[in-house]
Amino acid sequence: MRHRQAIALLALVGFFVALYLWLHQIGVGGELKCGTGGCDTVQASRWARFLGIPVATYGLVGYAAILIVALAALRPAALARREPTLMLAALATGGLLFTLYLTYLELFVIHAICRWCVASAVIITSIWIVAAFAAIAVLRGPSSPAPRTDP
Amino acid sequence: MNRFYVVLGALAVALALTLFFLLREGNEGSAAAAAPPPAVVDDGFRGYTLGSEKAPVEVTEYGDFECPACAGFATLQMPTIKEQLITTGKVRWRYRDYPLPMHAYSRLAAHAAQCAGEQGKFWEMHDQLFYNHSWAQTGKDPSYLFRDFARAAGADLSRYDACMKSGRYAARIEFSRQEGEQRLVDGTPTFYINGVKYIGRNNSDAFKAAVDSAIARRK
Repeated sequence: MRHRQAIALLALVGFFVALYLWLHQIGVGGELKCGTGGCDTVQASRWARFLGIPVATYGLVGYAAILIVALAALRPAALARREPTLMLAALATGGLLFTLYLTYLELFVIHAICRWCVASAVIITSIWIVAAFAAIAVLRGPSSPAPRTDP
Repeated sequence: MNRFYVVLGALAVALALTLFFLLREGNEGSAAAAAPPPAVVDDGFRGYTLGSEKAPVEVTEYGDFECPACAGFATLQMPTIKEQLITTGKVRWRYRDYPLPMHAYSRLAAHAAQCAGEQGKFWEMHDQLFYNHSWAQTGKDPSYLFRDFARAAGADLSRYDACMKSGRYAARIEFSRQEGEQRLVDGTPTFYINGVKYIGRNNSDAFKAAVDSAIARRK
């Protein structure tokens, strides 16, 4: 249960980071608070869109999906089920791979670092670590020993 | 379990407030650039020019970036005027700001052009603002579009943002407007050819005739 709560809290933070970047991309909010100016370079580059859609949109949808699954998995009826844990691990893995691709672009193609993107990368990596440990535990079976039966 | 939802709710509220302040701060960035300045100071600036310093004729245009007639003139007549009169060395073109009070974003646009101008991109920004004039028809705050124009004009955006936030050219723009008022500018665009108010038609043929006439008078 704890890992699902942790994932929900992290996904909520990630959702707001993505929301801020997304609002900036659609023209709400004016100047992006970045510090280094790297955010503008990244957001102005042609890699700020993926398949014609602003990259922040993927973050927005991805974090929302993780948050919804994590909250649904916290319902009493779902607590004992293993599918939500595996689904969270799958979503987090997709998010992490996409983040790795974007970080590669920032470091080696665009040569600029957007602090908000780094924040999102840290969040999705944290989610992935928590989700991966939970998924491994689930796949290995129940961690508590089976009840002993006396002969 | 209940404690978790309290924490989640509190975090959501805290993040929403942070987002609200971030967005508000971002939008305040150009507020100083959009409003008339508290005081008007003559910084000695008399407008960006296009063309040779040795040109026998100087045309001064008082324009408003939000004015449709100015956009029409800039996009339809200026290319021919540039080709026939400016690049041939006959005319030096000077642009002066005359933001009209009925236009909500004229001063902001003029300031954006000045901020690009301090990076040597005034005319590029001038063209961006006039060639993409749909921003003037939406009624929405065009700050974000102006950043796109500045980027397309080749300006460094971090310097542009800092310039817009400072509003440092607001006084210069107001000085230009007051100068136009003193020269009896009665609309935009208004032109002066070698200091004399031009009252002909606003097309390239009429300008060519007026400039040729001004050159002939000098001889």
